[in-house]
Amino acid sequence: MKPINQMNLRVESRSVNESFARAAVAAFVSQLDPNVEEISDIKTAVSEAVTNCIVHAYADSVGEIYIWTGLYENGLIRIRIRDKGCGIPDVKKAMEPLFTTSGDERAGLGFAVMESFCDKIKVRSTIGKGTTVTLEKRLEGRDCRND
Amino acid sequence: MALKITSTPVRLVIEISGEIDHHNAAVFRIEADEAIQKYLSPNVRIDFGGVTFMDSSGIGFVMGRYKLAKSCGANVEVINLSRRIYSMMRLAGLEKFMTLKMSNKEGK
Repeated sequence: MKPINQMNLRVESRSVNESFARAAVAAFVSQLDPNVEEISDIKTAVSEAVTNCIVHAYADSVGEIYIWTGLYENGLIRIRIRDKGCGIPDVKKAMEPLFTTSGDERAGLGFAVMESFCDKIKVRSTIGKGTTVTLEKRLEGRDCRND
Repeated sequence: MALKITSTPVRLVIEISGEIDHHNAAVFRIEADEAIQKYLSPNVRIDFGGVTFMDSSGIGFVMGRYKLAKSCGANVEVINLSRRIYSMMRLAGLEKFMTLKMSNKEGK
């Protein structure tokens, strides 16, 4: 399936870019006319994924975060957030709610939040090579839109 | 000051406004912890009325402040939550530790 529109974004893994990344994806997605809740869902999920890149993938360095967003017919949105950081040793474990490797201030809920606010999430990771998180969300009430 | 801090003998109120993410939470944390340790109030109220966005960093933020306040002998309540943030906090099980109150606007 080919997207009807897509965008690429590359940002450095600085925490100040978290708000920019989620706002940029939200602004791009807004052309599909999502409702307020859907926009919040997308912003929250993107924020979690980008924060993971900053806190975990590039824990001791600054690297690049690649964000791709594709818009499809019938209101499907696909967002891919990729890093070339340290990788996740055990993806299943990392996705367990409340599991965290980084101490008190992190709730360990990043993946749980992504899962609850998106329809689908796929995580691919290779140690030393990086991680790709793909999020999918279908906007409500868009079924008859492109007929 | 990123936070608005007010204190009476019985209560310390910490008002947050804007977006809570991993970046902003770091600043909020320093200011909130300073206030909690300075006033040693028996009640700490965290007011989310001005919060326009929160990701899971907000859960870590609240939990961290709860632990500090608790170690100083204080009760914690979190008020003026939007429906969305309220349900995220419930999802994280925060209501087992503190009082969570939705904003009146969300009651309708």
